Formats: sequence, C-alpha cells, structure tokens
Amino acid sequence: MTDTPVLELHGVSKSFGAVQALFEVDFTVDRGEVMALVGDNGAGKSTLIKCIAGIHPFDSGDIRFEGQPVNIHGPKDSARLGIEVVYQDLALADNLDVVENMYLGRELVDGIRRLDETTMEAKAKETLAGLSVTTVSSVRQTVAGLSGGQRQSVAVAKAVMWNSKLVILDEPTAALGVAQTRQVLELVKRLGEQGLAVILISHNLHDVFEVADSITVLRLGQNVAEYKRTETNQQQVVEAITAGKLSKVPGQEAVA
Amino acid sequence: MSAVAEQPPPAPAAPSRDTVGAYARRWWIDVKAGELGSLPIVVGLIVIAIVFQIQNDRFLTAGNFVNLIVQTAPYAVIAMGVTFALLLGEIDLSIGFVSGVGGVLVALLLNPDGNELPTAVAIALALGCGLGIGLLHGLIITKVGVPSFVVTLAGLLAWNGVVLLLIGSRGTVILQNDFVIGLANDFMGEGVAWVMWAVCVALFAAVQLVRYRSRTKAGLATDPMAIVALRIGALAVALGLVVLIANEDRGIPYSGILVGALLIGWTYVLNRTRFGRHVYAVGGNAEAARRAGINVDRVKIACFMIVSVMAVLGGIILASRLRSVDTNTGGGQALLYPIAAAVIGGTSLFGGRGTMKAALLGALVMIGIDNGLGLLGLSSGTKFVVTGGVLLLAVTVDSISRRGRAHAGRA
Repeated sequence: MTDTPVLELHGVSKSFGAVQALFEVDFTVDRGEVMALVGDNGAGKSTLIKCIAGIHPFDSGDIRFEGQPVNIHGPKDSARLGIEVVYQDLALADNLDVVENMYLGRELVDGIRRLDETTMEAKAKETLAGLSVTTVSSVRQTVAGLSGGQRQSVAVAKAVMWNSKLVILDEPTAALGVAQTRQVLELVKRLGEQGLAVILISHNLHDVFEVADSITVLRLGQNVAEYKRTETNQQQVVEAITAGKLSKVPGQEAVA
Repeated sequence: MSAVAEQPPPAPAAPSRDTVGAYARRWWIDVKAGELGSLPIVVGLIVIAIVFQIQNDRFLTAGNFVNLIVQTAPYAVIAMGVTFALLLGEIDLSIGFVSGVGGVLVALLLNPDGNELPTAVAIALALGCGLGIGLLHGLIITKVGVPSFVVTLAGLLAWNGVVLLLIGSRGTVILQNDFVIGLANDFMGEGVAWVMWAVCVALFAAVQLVRYRSRTKAGLATDPMAIVALRIGALAVALGLVVLIANEDRGIPYSGILVGALLIGWTYVLNRTRFGRHVYAVGGNAEAARRAGINVDRVKIACFMIVSVMAVLGGIILASRLRSVDTNTGGGQALLYPIAAAVIGGTSLFGGRGTMKAALLGALVMIGIDNGLGLLGLSSGTKFVVTGGVLLLAVTVDSISRRGRAHAGRA
C-alpha cells in the first residue's frame, strides 16, 4: 500500500468534562483495507468513530483525509468527504420504509423541489442488488417489519450508496444469529474488495480475525497496539486489550 | 373521501402488474395485520350518520350538511396544524388560546373605530403573530430544552391572559369586517363550485396517472390500472356528492374551500417535500435524523410555527363563524377538540404516524357528534361525555390495531 491512507489521525484527543475519552490517538486506514478497532468497554471506540463521523468534534489533533488536512464539524462534513457510519443501533427510522431510510437526509428532488420517489426507489433496489442483498423482499415496507440481518443489510447499503470512501461499521454482528452474521461478514469483505476503506468495530475477535486486514487496539482512550492480522494471534490481541501499555495513566497526571 | 391522497399499500418486489383480485387480497392482509388506514374512521362516520339520522331526521339534510362544513372548518384547520406537533412526538396545548389571540387580534385591528387597518394587513399581522408565537415556543423547546408539554402548558395560561388583556373591559367585540365575516358565512356560487370540482378531479387524476406512468417506465411495481381508475372515480363521486348536496342548500362555504386547499397543500408538503420527510424522520427516530445530517431543531421550530399559524387561522375562521370575540374566545372546545380530532383520525401521540387527512376526518367525527347531539337537544355536559367516550374508543381501536401490527412484525 503505497497510496496515501484514506484517513489519518494524529494525536487526537477528546474529553467529556473530567472524563478523558481519547488521549493522543494515532490511527490510519488505507484504501481496500479492513481495519478492525478493538478494545474493552469504555476504551473509546465509539467516541473515536463518533468524532470521525462529526457527531462530536475532536478537542485536539490533526485529521487528514486522502492526505489533505480537513476539519470535521458535523455529520454533513464527514458525509461530504465520503465517510459513512453504520451505527450499532443502526440509526434507521422505524416508521419510514427502506427507500426513505436509505435516502434520509439526502433525498433526491426534481426541478420543482419535489421528492423524486421513482428514481430513489429504482436506485435503492439497484444498490441492494449490487451488494447481493436478496433478503429484503420489498423496498417499500417499513423498517419496523425487518429482521436484524435485514436491517443491518439496509444500513450497510445506505452507507455504501453514496460513493463513500470510508465505511465505519459499529458492532455489525452483535445482535445477529449465525447465518446472518455470515451474510454480514461476507458483505464486509466485499466492501474491502471493492476498494473501500473499512473500519470494523467488534468485540468478537473471531469475526475480526475472519475479515480484518489490520487490528488497532484501544485501551482507556489510548491506542496501545497495532497489528497486521497475519502477524498476530488472538492471544496477543486479548493481552493488548486487557493489559496494553499506557503512555498516560488516567487520574495520575495531576500527581506527576 | 377516503380516496384523497391514499398511500398505496406496500407493493411487491417483483415489478409485476397485479390483478385487482391480488390487490384486494393484499389490502385485506394489511388490514388484518393492523394497517387500518382510514378504514375505522370512515366506518365511524357512517355509523354516526346512521345513528343520528335515526334519532333525528334533520341530521342528513342539505342544510345541516352545510352547517357541518361551517362548524368543522375552524377545528379542522387547528387540528391539521397540531398534527405537525404530534408527528414529532411533541404536543402543543396552547393552540386553543393561540387561536383566541388570532381571532381577537383580527377583530380588534379591524374594529371600525377610526384607526382600523386594511383587512389584508390585519390578517397578515395576526398570522405573523402566530408565526412569532410558534417561533417562541419552538426556540424554548429546542434551544433551552424544556419539554413541549410544559412550554405549551405555560403558553395555554399566558395566551389566555393575552386574550383577556386584549379584550380588556370591552367584554365582547363584534366583528364588523365583511371579508372576515364572509369566510364562514358566505358561500360559493353553484357554477364556481362545479368548476372547482372539475379542476380537483382533473388534478388528482393527473397526479395518479403521472405516477403510474413514471413507475411503469422505471420498471417498478404499480397498483393495477383498475385500482387507479377506481381511486380517481371514488374521489370524483365523493367530491361530487359534497358539491351536489351543499348546492341543494346555501352552497359550499369559503371556509370549506380554505380547508380543502390547506389539506392539499400540507399533504403535498408532508409527502412530497424533503421537509415533510424530515418531519416523519424526526418523529420516528430523532437520533437517526440527526445522524443523517437533518437539522432536527430547525424542523421542530418550523413545525411549532406551523402549529401556531394554523391555530391563528383557525381562530380567525372561528371568530368569523361566531361574528364576535369575547373573553371566552379560545377556551373550551378550541383547546382540546383539535388534538382529539387528530388522534381520532389515527395520528399517533408517539410521533411518526399521522396525516392531514386524518385530522380532517377526525374533526368531522368530533363535530358530527357535537352537531348531532345538539340536534337532539342534549346538554353540553352530555356532549362532552359522549365525545370523551368516542375519543377513548378511537384510541382503543388504534392500540388494538397496533398490537396487530406488533404481532405481524410491523409495529
């Protein structure tokens, strides 16, 4: 990978009041790379992706997107850069149908600012077919009636249909059964093969070792290790998650 | 009426053109699964018509039909407005007295005491006040974070106070402006009504056929042509009956036309614009809307402005019907009838579900009962008890159908 990385973070920090959620984290993800982000509860995984997605601003640090320094002030900024996030709770509106959810916030309108339902429906069907999602029978049914796997598929399809360059998946398999987990992991691999950069957050190391190219370990808001999947094993990653070396021990900076 | 802006039920994935039989079967499956649409309320309206007609044969006369339109109009306008708050999962309890402020303002500004304003200016000023009131409510709700229930409860008290302050020691202000009085008391000519009927039917047919054509061209599933034709025919017949019966008596009141125009306009906004889509999204899942880059606060503020401006408009129509405003303006029915109407129509108090059509049909039910019980000479005590019972019944039907939806995995 001699390309410039899709996303580079240098020394980013974020705190909520007295809680230091992220401390000088460095993080890089390349084109076509599936980067797993692992760590215990409260390690800062969700905060990191929320900051990348523009939900919260970073307090300090540099963000480079495709080599260019950028500022992300809101979800629209990150979407403009080509960053798409599939959240753990999927962020779908139950009362809207599949097409309406896939275009939420970016509805197509015609010349007189009227919603262009026909085009949206046709393109939504095309995208689902392109990802080999065959389980959603009607794109005009409300999301409330979909199963967990179907919802995940819709959420992923929603993320990739915008010519996105970086897709972030937050615990995509957490609530799924065996067969549905397999479908979603296949989908994740396909994203990487299509040249997208993928950040995968997961607690399930089995899933991580199946699809990820690289693994970044966060612990207490700091990145403690980064591995190539082929050069590590689950034992080593678990050690990093639970006992990785911290550069700063929380609560002690005042003493030092 | 049920044909107006009816959304087609979920279409199948395959772009096949269904037979009418398959369409009917799918519709029945939807109904059994709890997707009742406006079915219960249409049935309710028919039951109300039959019951009151049996009790008193004046209920279904042309004269009383026109009365019904005149009486329903102000509440329908306010109910359509408050639907925007309900769609967000919020509530606006101040609508009654905001409508009172509107009515009183117009009456006072047009009072021929030597320094009255031109009619258009007075009405525009009152509507502007409505927008301002909604902006104030919306800003407090979104930027300060006070729940809408509390903000508008405070509004209920405060705007009641404003009505009393505006009226002052006068007690009653008689409305003396011909245009404003004409809103609820003048009627459209017979011929004009038929021309409007033709225009409405032609527009509806055009919209339906264009949608059918473009969906077919894009290879998407469409409703069978027979159903499309049936829908257009049903609208033509329903509207035609309204015009025919109203013309038997005084004709269609201008306030009725206003309600129709608002129904079409707001339905268009909700179903065919990005703003409308965002209203539903915020009501369904505000966090999802925010993450999709929708400015949730702005949508909410806009909705509360619509609620208040529609309340003011309803208040003006109400003042027009009563030809005067007094210290009670905006109290009683104007407060709770519109919310009850929206809920009876099938708008959910939890947000995300509801239509303009539901508000109108709900208002018709409320006023139908009010009017029918009045014809029977029953006291307003009885009226309130019965309307309360109907409201409870409507919400019960909705709860049971929602259980049906949950059972069918569609909740």
